[in-house]
Amino acid sequence: MLAFLFKRVGVALLVALTVSAITFSMNFLTGDPAIALGGENATAADLKAIRELHGYDKPIPMQFLTWLGNAVQGDLGHSHYLNQPVAEEIFSRLPTTMTLGFCALLFALALSIPLGVLAAIRPNSLLDRVALTIAVVGQAMPSFWFALTMMLWFAINWRILPVSGTGTWAHFVMPAIALGYYITPGVMRLTRAGMIEVLRSDYIRTARAKGVSKFSLLFKHALRNAIIPVVSLAAVQFGFMLGGSIVIETIFAINGLGFLAWESIQRADLPMMQAIVLVLSFFYIALTLFADVLNAWLDPRIRIG
Amino acid sequence: MSTLDQDAPKTLDAGTVHSPMRMMLFQASAHRGLMLGGLVIVTIVLVALFAPLLSPHDPYEQVLSRKLIPPVWFDSPKATWDHILGTDHLGRDMLSRLMYGARISLLIGFSAMLISGVIGTVLGICAGYFGGRVDMVINFIITTRLSMPVVLVALAVVSIVGSSLTVVIWVLGLLIWDRFAVVMRSATQQVRQLDFVASARSLGSSTPRILFVEVLPNISNHIIVIATLEMAHAILLEAALSFLGLGVQPPAPSWGLMISDAKGLMFFDGWLIAVPGTALFLLVLAINLVGDGLRDVTAPEDRN
Repeated sequence: MLAFLFKRVGVALLVALTVSAITFSMNFLTGDPAIALGGENATAADLKAIRELHGYDKPIPMQFLTWLGNAVQGDLGHSHYLNQPVAEEIFSRLPTTMTLGFCALLFALALSIPLGVLAAIRPNSLLDRVALTIAVVGQAMPSFWFALTMMLWFAINWRILPVSGTGTWAHFVMPAIALGYYITPGVMRLTRAGMIEVLRSDYIRTARAKGVSKFSLLFKHALRNAIIPVVSLAAVQFGFMLGGSIVIETIFAINGLGFLAWESIQRADLPMMQAIVLVLSFFYIALTLFADVLNAWLDPRIRIG
Repeated sequence: MSTLDQDAPKTLDAGTVHSPMRMMLFQASAHRGLMLGGLVIVTIVLVALFAPLLSPHDPYEQVLSRKLIPPVWFDSPKATWDHILGTDHLGRDMLSRLMYGARISLLIGFSAMLISGVIGTVLGICAGYFGGRVDMVINFIITTRLSMPVVLVALAVVSIVGSSLTVVIWVLGLLIWDRFAVVMRSATQQVRQLDFVASARSLGSSTPRILFVEVLPNISNHIIVIATLEMAHAILLEAALSFLGLGVQPPAPSWGLMISDAKGLMFFDGWLIAVPGTALFLLVLAINLVGDGLRDVTAPEDRN
């Protein structure tokens, strides 16, 4: 287990380093970053001052190492637009996005796991087909359109939920559904497949013969084993959701990380964009690491093979 | 396929001999989702191709005196058969814009899918066939790509480089090859252990020949399935980028852009987002149905 852990953490660190390098290289997409910063009318002296101030006059590998060193120490850069460290702004917005992400995940799991279990009881039954139809339709729905349509009905026509903002828990209902429904088909299919396999196994037959109630058989005996792969899928999807929250947060005016990313893109605030990409990537790397280690711990075949 | 060719007739009843191709076609024609999805796609492709002939109006023509006409089925004095799906806030005919917009969605979806398909398939086949170090490195590249948030990176890059049709196609194509790579890798790992690959190797076939003649045709069913799913993915991403104003630029009639244009007015005229949204939903649904159907027929082992 220890050897597996070391190897897996090593890979994660290497991935994090590569992601940092790619994110850093965004600096050079426009050509000279000093010109981008100084504007078209900047004089040669201005450009020289900008280069010295931000270290653009140093060799690129040196710039990268400095940037990386600062990032490791928690200094993710300086926003040219807000004229303040980007880390402060990012960490003040992070809780809102996390809340939204957790609500979305909760909604997705609460919908997809029971549906997957019910669909697995009788494969190809009417219920299974209905669940499959929900999955196929869900996957084809553009999330931003779904969000706007929900807004139109629930907030404007029926006035049940607030249109946008983050004041109360009710504000998170529509955004969480809009963000979470997209991952329900995948989780549902995996739960269904896992349950079908587990329900065929001997220990389930034994439990059934013992007279265990149907509910306890499905949700206690079977689901416990079928859910192992679902846990890691959910962790991975949670990472994807945070990355995709930019669209939903913009629509519902939720003051989180995604909205900050959107604002930074509008302001051409590159250091902020880079820092957000970095934070979300690192979070995803940590999540997958957690999922892999959890899986290895639950299933010895993974850590040995 | 060569081994299957000889085995297939024996498993059937004596009498008629069915070729695997014919059996597959039969299965495909009996698959309801595949047929329905295929019908919708063919219709949309034909409409997109013949948009100049079919569209009742110029999609760019603004007639401000005829703005915000609702679709014909609305109980409104303004509704007219001249604008079946109504007009937008600048008086442009919605149906004509939808028809031309289909071209953008299909073009971007198809091109981005081609780029990502080439990258992902090459990486996946190399990783699966060579294994060892090559596999390790390619796996690392896939993991790295998966760690970066697609929408955010695409938005950031498009905003820096400047958005145009070509930029959107390349950015999406370079970002969404991961599923191709993952699936091709495992498919190749299975194929390379089969006897015909070993016999080709012992006959002295070169590695490129083995990859192109033996491996590639035998994983092509997986490629087609992933290609449809990724095309749908690319179309959704393009719509999201255009919706956020960083995809296709106005006045081009991108469906995502049409929804974005209507956003401010949707509380008064809800159909403005319903019309392009439904078109987008139907196209993506049809492509997914075809993808799922092709998988059921050609690669049923991928189902879960």
